[in-house]
Amino acid sequence: MSVATTTTIPAKPKAIKSAAAADAKDTKEIRAERAKAKASGFAANFSHARYVASKIFGLLVLVLLGIIVIFPVYYSFAGTLMQQQDIAAYPPAIWPKHGITWSNLATAAQIIPLFRQYVNSFGSTLIITVAQVLTSTLVAYALVVLKVRGASVWFTLFLGTMMILGESVIIPNYLTISSLGLRNTFLALILPYLASGFGIFMMYSFMRQFPMELVEAARIDGASNLRLLWSIVLPLSRPAIASLAIYTFLTHWNGFFWPLLVTETPEMQTIQIGITQLQSPDNFNPGLVMAGAVLAVIPTLLIVILGQRQIVRGLTAGSTK
Amino acid sequence: MSAAIPGTASGGTWQNGKKPFDVRSWTPLLYLLPAIAVFACFVVYPLIRTFILSASGTDILGRQSQFVGLRNFQRVFTDPEFGKIMLNTLLFAVYTVVPTIVLSLIIALMLNKESTVNRVFRTVFALPFAYSVSAASIIFSAFFNPATGLFNAIVQKLGGQPIGWLTSSQFALPAIAMTTVWMNIGYNVLVLLAGLGSVPDEVVEAARLDGASGFRLQWFILIPMIMSQVFFLIITDTIQSLESFGQIHVLTKGGPDSSTTTLVYDIYMHGFANNSSNFGYASAEAIVLIVVVAIITLIQFTTVGRKVDNQ
Repeated sequence: MSVATTTTIPAKPKAIKSAAAADAKDTKEIRAERAKAKASGFAANFSHARYVASKIFGLLVLVLLGIIVIFPVYYSFAGTLMQQQDIAAYPPAIWPKHGITWSNLATAAQIIPLFRQYVNSFGSTLIITVAQVLTSTLVAYALVVLKVRGASVWFTLFLGTMMILGESVIIPNYLTISSLGLRNTFLALILPYLASGFGIFMMYSFMRQFPMELVEAARIDGASNLRLLWSIVLPLSRPAIASLAIYTFLTHWNGFFWPLLVTETPEMQTIQIGITQLQSPDNFNPGLVMAGAVLAVIPTLLIVILGQRQIVRGLTAGSTK
Repeated sequence: MSAAIPGTASGGTWQNGKKPFDVRSWTPLLYLLPAIAVFACFVVYPLIRTFILSASGTDILGRQSQFVGLRNFQRVFTDPEFGKIMLNTLLFAVYTVVPTIVLSLIIALMLNKESTVNRVFRTVFALPFAYSVSAASIIFSAFFNPATGLFNAIVQKLGGQPIGWLTSSQFALPAIAMTTVWMNIGYNVLVLLAGLGSVPDEVVEAARLDGASGFRLQWFILIPMIMSQVFFLIITDTIQSLESFGQIHVLTKGGPDSSTTTLVYDIYMHGFANNSSNFGYASAEAIVLIVVVAIITLIQFTTVGRKVDNQ
């Protein structure tokens, strides 16, 4: 017991002593540091303060830009739900002061054949998307995996179609659709867009990175061209197909010039054309306009929020060429 | 790019000549047929027809009449309006491309670090990408409204006189450009962030060890590393500004006093607006558009090609 106490008791002061020594050393070091800091003057402090200030400034800029960029998004939704006395006032209210209302959405649905135009937009965009994925995949498969004769010439030609903007050939295309008697029909909305140079480029770039061993192995097992496409190439291409599908859907859901030209009656128009009819200059109703915008963007907004990863992958396919 | 993928070594031997099996029959061509059919009908044929139309007269009903040689081009280039329209097109490109690139570079550089706050901000800045030309234009038309719009409310609050955003020939083009910048920012930020994400960490670390930080790191290290994305955006944004139609149609219909009529909108004006079916004149303008785009594409190939050689 006594041994134990004699061994434990001195241990404590020792520890205290060493701690004190460490403290002393610390304070010495701190003093030395302070001296050093004093020697280098107030520059060190200043540069730290400047660093913090620049961080705060950066955050402020970011928040400010964020508010500016998101404001139209916010206001399209807020305005949709605002009472007439709020949104049509001057200056207009920023938030629904007098409570929310669904009447803007209801009125918008009365002015334009909303459901019909949604069906037109959805149907045409969906068919275009499926068709572009299909035609692009087939071409890329033939060029990259099957090595069609003259593959590089074909690829250059397909890529070349990207140089011809839709707007520069819109007159003859309009005349073609007219002479086929397809004006104001569903077919007119989709026919010119069933294939795309960009889609081919994207699928081609993706398939070039395939592990070719897999394809070769399937070949040796005696798989036919179609079987190879269906059971090896398509599953491997899923990420590229997802990106292309999302990109194509966004682009064509938002199409404007062509649907405007080839449709005449509200029943055949797409939602994008329909919502512009909500802003009549003589009877301007901002709540109605916001409701129209919200109706048109809900599907694409969901895609942008949920499919951001695929979108980014699709974009980089285009930009890192 | 393909050089950067060492994993495809076997693909490389594939591409360099000998095929492991004989697939050089005519059947693979069938896979190209659907795309070829679409392009033949809606790109190649109309391209040829645009040239033919541009060399033909048009009667009142829009029917193609006799061959007139280059007379349509002569009319386009001697039209005093046309110079103004080309200037509008150029100004519109500058007003949209420059702010879009500068703003999205600032935003992307600030959001580069991975964090929860930044993830939220990324989504915020990506949102305008979802807005169609049509939706964005009608929203901004409400903001621009001279009597009840938000923008004039702000201007007056700041002590200014209300502005005829879309009704004065001085402000209309910048106003449409502002709308377009807002629509384009989401896409640009996403592309730049993807580019920044692919900058190897070692490069950034090495630069930090060399004492680069903050502004210097971004200006001298990060921006040069994403130059190919910036080039890509300059080209696509420029072409997109040339293609702009919806925002002009919804906001000003080319007015006031044709101050917002760009080349594409003038094609519409001559070819389609107010039952005008002057397809000859409009096709000559379409050829001008094709040439302009070809020049831009050529610039893209030479600059991007040079970039790749340097790396």
